[in-house]
Amino acid sequence: MSKLGVGIAQPYVRDAFVPPTAPPVLERGFLAWARKNLFSSISNTILTLVGIYLTYALVWPIIQFGIIDAVWSGTNADCRENGHGACWPMVQAKLGQYIYGRYPGDERWRVDIVFYSGLALLIPFLIPFVPFKRLNAILLLGVYPLVAFVLLTGGNLRIGGMFGDLMGLGGVMGFVGDWSIMIAVIAGLLLAFGRVAGLAMLVPTIVVAAILAIIGLAVVVAGIDFGLEQVETALWGGLLVTLVIAITGIVASLPLGILLALGRRSDMPIIKTFCVGFIEFWRGVPLITVLFMSSVMFPLFLPEGVTVNKLLRALVGVALFSSAYMAEVVRGGLQAIPKGQYEGAQAVGLSYWQMMGLIVLPQALKHVIPGIVNSFIALFKDTTLVLIIGLFDLLGIIQLSFTDASWASTVQSHTGYLFAAIIFWAFCFSMSQYSYYIERTLHTGHKR
Amino acid sequence: MAARDDSRIDDDAPAKASLFYDPRFRSIVAQVVLLLLVVWGGYEIVRNTSANLEKQQIASGFGFLDRTAGFGIIQTLVDYTEESSYGRTFIVGLLNTILISALGILLATALGFVVGVARLSSNWVISRIALAYVEIMRNIPLLLHIFIWYFAVLRSLPQPRDEPITLIPGFAFLNVKGVFMPQLVSEPGFWMTATALGVALVLSMLVANWSRKRQEATGQQFPVGLTALGLIIALPAITFLATGRPASLEYPVFVETGPVLRRGFTQDVGINVIPEFISLLLALSTYTAAYIAEIVRAGIQAVNHGQTEASFSLGLRRGPTLRLVVIPQAMRVIIPPMTNQYLNLTKNSSLATAIAYPDLVSVFAGTTLNQTGQAVEIILMTMGVYLTLSISISIVMNWYNARIALVER
Repeated sequence: MSKLGVGIAQPYVRDAFVPPTAPPVLERGFLAWARKNLFSSISNTILTLVGIYLTYALVWPIIQFGIIDAVWSGTNADCRENGHGACWPMVQAKLGQYIYGRYPGDERWRVDIVFYSGLALLIPFLIPFVPFKRLNAILLLGVYPLVAFVLLTGGNLRIGGMFGDLMGLGGVMGFVGDWSIMIAVIAGLLLAFGRVAGLAMLVPTIVVAAILAIIGLAVVVAGIDFGLEQVETALWGGLLVTLVIAITGIVASLPLGILLALGRRSDMPIIKTFCVGFIEFWRGVPLITVLFMSSVMFPLFLPEGVTVNKLLRALVGVALFSSAYMAEVVRGGLQAIPKGQYEGAQAVGLSYWQMMGLIVLPQALKHVIPGIVNSFIALFKDTTLVLIIGLFDLLGIIQLSFTDASWASTVQSHTGYLFAAIIFWAFCFSMSQYSYYIERTLHTGHKR
Repeated sequence: MAARDDSRIDDDAPAKASLFYDPRFRSIVAQVVLLLLVVWGGYEIVRNTSANLEKQQIASGFGFLDRTAGFGIIQTLVDYTEESSYGRTFIVGLLNTILISALGILLATALGFVVGVARLSSNWVISRIALAYVEIMRNIPLLLHIFIWYFAVLRSLPQPRDEPITLIPGFAFLNVKGVFMPQLVSEPGFWMTATALGVALVLSMLVANWSRKRQEATGQQFPVGLTALGLIIALPAITFLATGRPASLEYPVFVETGPVLRRGFTQDVGINVIPEFISLLLALSTYTAAYIAEIVRAGIQAVNHGQTEASFSLGLRRGPTLRLVVIPQAMRVIIPPMTNQYLNLTKNSSLATAIAYPDLVSVFAGTTLNQTGQAVEIILMTMGVYLTLSISISIVMNWYNARIALVER
């Protein structure tokens, strides 16, 4: 070719970079992504279109009902006139009822204090890197329940004593007298046993006495008259009851579950049989029958004259039920601890409880925190079942509010259910997200 | 002297300490204490209960099962009238519980598998929809699911006297009273058709077994599906025609004109699936399907990707790869947690009592308990039934699990 050229041509030298051309439209950005992920083949395209249609058909009516067509302010007249959108003024008007149930209006500040102080203690406890965990745990699990109990019920528990009353002390002081006598007798017996058996029993005696004294102190605090008005549990309702049942259930079921799990893995045949039977029994029956049992059968078990409040009975049922599930969660954690850990602990001379408390359980419980959170979510959802035995949790109170004729309209129940669904979803979803977060944070031991 | 001192220490000190520190002695003491506590607790409960029952003048024992119940039940699988006994009530409730659990398990498994596979789809829209389904469904309490289906969705359907929604033209209709379908009315001689169906099923299973053995031995395939389909359709059909069509379908009758009270579907003609059943079934299966979907997803992800690649390189296409290579291995991971979900679904079917679907808890632990007041016997029987159901499902699933488990050396 060049031979055909005329003269000596200056060879072409490119002295600047050609700016890179953008890839073809179909290979970049959203279009490329869509082509690759949504429309790569005919069947894929059909799937995508069906999926988009499904989403539209299912989600759009809810958006339309809940947001676009909804009545945001006004009275029931507006809702009735609208007739096909959510009636949010009803929820605003009933919000107090949804949160507190029939708790007296002037006393609701007490519930608020319980809610907010609980949050203030719980949030730092849940964030792994916040310090003072031990103090936080003592406040949250030791002091807070007592404060919450006194604030919610009004305290002033009717307690008395037998010997204390004979000594002329009444009410709380009578109990203090009784309790002191009991502590003194137990401490004396322990010391005497130590002397006979030739063992140093001073430290164990002090520990036992201190624990008993703390329990006594808690009862005394619950029995002091703080001048708060008594609020019967029959008046409690809404979110308050949901949270009380769920939180008491989980807090009570954790130690019980740990004991049952240890028992299930123990070598002692009678204890093992008992724990296996207990766990399998509660896991084999539905919660409803447990609640029925607590509401109709449990009163029959008690001696004549003793009555237990309905909420407390439900709490006992829920705690026993969830402790069986908790036991299985904890057992999973215990099984994940290699045998070397047990043997190592025994080799350095730790007793059974020292081995479990200092070596095995801390590792095992760390493994199963997500499982514990999951049982908490399950328990939180299951609290709705108490409406069947006539307690009004959040769903129960919303269901009850549909009987209110002043807010009657065609959208009354739809609005209520949508609201309930949003609240329950928000609680459960955030808990499950927390469980994922903690799983990632704590998964340090065997991460590669 | 020294030697004697040593021997005394050897004799005395360990003997004293050994009893207190001896693990065996401690374990015996602990077990005896537990046993005493349990026996004492049980004794107290029995004593208090019998005293309380005596005071409230409630009879005890199971004699009440023979007494007349005197209340109607809206869905019964066996003959039941108001004159039937409480024992019959128990059977009706039990069968209704089993019906809803079995159908719920089937539906939940099917839907759960679809959603679980969709969650792994390479199609972004489909996988997001599956994710949203799972996250929404399992974070809302089941009772709320049931209420939404029963009080919000099904109550919005056409009223009994209005034009119903047609599900299958001329065949199935839907209104606020539930689904109306034709009923099969059999005449004498129909048993032969039923027997033919049974024979066809057995034959299909035999053929499948024979074909599997032949394929393992020779590699030759046999069209099992077509043969089975032909057998199951043709055999009963031929018998049915040969015996002179001894059955007919009784279609639901919808009256549009005439007196207002007579309008709507005529009672007791055709099958009416009650709305309580529909909403409970939908709620149970869609809720449990969310959990099953997660289990299926985890199971499929647990199968090494090398298995899929190896299968592709052998020339298997996507469908056979999923069906023959991935799913059988995933099943080993899926079955144990799936058993738990089946148990949960069965136990959760007791929520029926909230919308008065006549399951065991509703008619027996509810109405019967209120009428007789025999709380102890009824609650124990109810719990016993659920325990038995749980154990039976566990046994079946464990047997299946053992069958598909990886056989190692």
